[in-house]
Amino acid sequence: MSNVPQHISKQFDNELEEIRSDVLNMGRLAEQQFADALRALIEFNVPLAEAVLENEFKLNACEVSIDEACVTLLARRQPAASDLRLIMAVIKTITDLERIGDEAQKIAKMAINLAEKSGPKSYYIGINAMGNFVRHMVHDALNAFAQVDSQEALVTAGKEPESDEQYGAVLRQLVTYMMEDPRSITSAIDAIWVARALERIADHARNICEYIIYFVEGKDVRHISIEQMEEEVKKQ
Amino acid sequence: MQQNRTSGAEERVSDEIQEAGDKQAVPGKSRGGAHALDMGSLISHTSKPTLENETPCVHINGLHLYYGEKQALKDITMTIPEKKVTAFIGPSGCGKSTLLRCFNRMNDLIDIVRTEGEIKINGEDIFHKSVNVAELRRRVGMVFQKPNPFPKSIYENVAYGLRIQGVNDRQTLDAVVEQSLKSAALWDEVKDRLDDNALGLSGGQGQRLVIARAIAIEPRILLLDEPCSALDPISTLKVEELIYELKNNYTIVIVTHNMQQAARVSDYTAYMYLGELIEFSDTNTLFTNPREKMTEAYITGRYG
Repeated sequence: MSNVPQHISKQFDNELEEIRSDVLNMGRLAEQQFADALRALIEFNVPLAEAVLENEFKLNACEVSIDEACVTLLARRQPAASDLRLIMAVIKTITDLERIGDEAQKIAKMAINLAEKSGPKSYYIGINAMGNFVRHMVHDALNAFAQVDSQEALVTAGKEPESDEQYGAVLRQLVTYMMEDPRSITSAIDAIWVARALERIADHARNICEYIIYFVEGKDVRHISIEQMEEEVKKQ
Repeated sequence: MQQNRTSGAEERVSDEIQEAGDKQAVPGKSRGGAHALDMGSLISHTSKPTLENETPCVHINGLHLYYGEKQALKDITMTIPEKKVTAFIGPSGCGKSTLLRCFNRMNDLIDIVRTEGEIKINGEDIFHKSVNVAELRRRVGMVFQKPNPFPKSIYENVAYGLRIQGVNDRQTLDAVVEQSLKSAALWDEVKDRLDDNALGLSGGQGQRLVIARAIAIEPRILLLDEPCSALDPISTLKVEELIYELKNNYTIVIVTHNMQQAARVSDYTAYMYLGELIEFSDTNTLFTNPREKMTEAYITGRYG
């Protein structure tokens, strides 16, 4: 946060910076888990999917340790204004990151299931495209957090409705397969779970963007439409 | 009556939820909250305080104050709300105590002080020639940084103001002393030793005694100048609790160096810097999302 003058207490600066960088590390880990799970699914790569399941605990551990750091900082420093908003944003962001990890875990499990059933590759065209779209959302949300950039957060949050549309499209595609060939139903249902997980991850990415806007602008933009969100951010 | 009001409120709430559902939370419907959703329709009892909705008590208009050549207050214009706690914060020398002392003209006691502009308390110009300063100070009580009980008994300390006004009726005095000590949350601690010398009280008790003495003569406004800076944390919390109780009956203005104290006790907070009023808003906003960069720097500890 080079644009903000430093605290008189250097130690306070260090503590905040440490929390921030822990969140970014956790973010990178969540992003990696998600990308690996998706790759394992598309490539029928069971060992990679298993690695995702094994690594899940790391995100949980990150969440616990960052939570503790935040509680300590609240108790000892009584942060105010933007410092307080940062800590609030962090506490909420890590919950969403941990849940992105949970969804990645679900995708990895489905990847193992589907690899065994080895359904047709054509299942995954829509899922792959949606997966890449959501991956970019997560990446951009974390980037906005790293850059303290409410504009990028706003743009990224604005992509979330598109992920809903993609979810609908994937769903229709899979339903068509099921109708064409009832034997595909079990694997198609697994694929639906994957699409559902992707849709949830996009929601988490949007949540993170909303926390960033709260931190930077001091405006609570949860539970409103993207248009209202843009208006709120523009409003002085 | 109470019941009527409750059921009415419930009806309104359910109506508004219905409405919110119909309209999908239209922007601009918010009531000045930090959220575009109309939270007021859901949680009707937590309406946010705003200065515009308060009853004004003290009007300060274009106030300048000089200590000789040096200007200590620059063009202060603000309205202090009635029966609320207003805190002044800012670094040393920013003028917050000077401004506080204007409200009961304590600055008159300093020869080199010169003021311009006006202060009106409940509509009356306090700098007007016709104002009786002693009468003004009866209406605007003050408590200082260090507890300053008189070297008299606890009882006589509290009765002092009334005695000066010529009240000597024992029954009246007894009643007022008890009531004031109770209001100051000191009664239980001193009721068995009212005739002891007040100088034997602890710092925290002394400060509450001074507050009891101030409210015994029923002022309208209570000025607190760093009331807790010489007290331990427990006594500080007792005084803060007392402030919370007192605002039901008095307009309270508090100067404090302790920002957390301002955040805890006040409804409105003013941030001052080098004699200027930088920002004045409700305490929630000021401490979570201040408008001015300078306020932000000060309350987050970035003030260099």
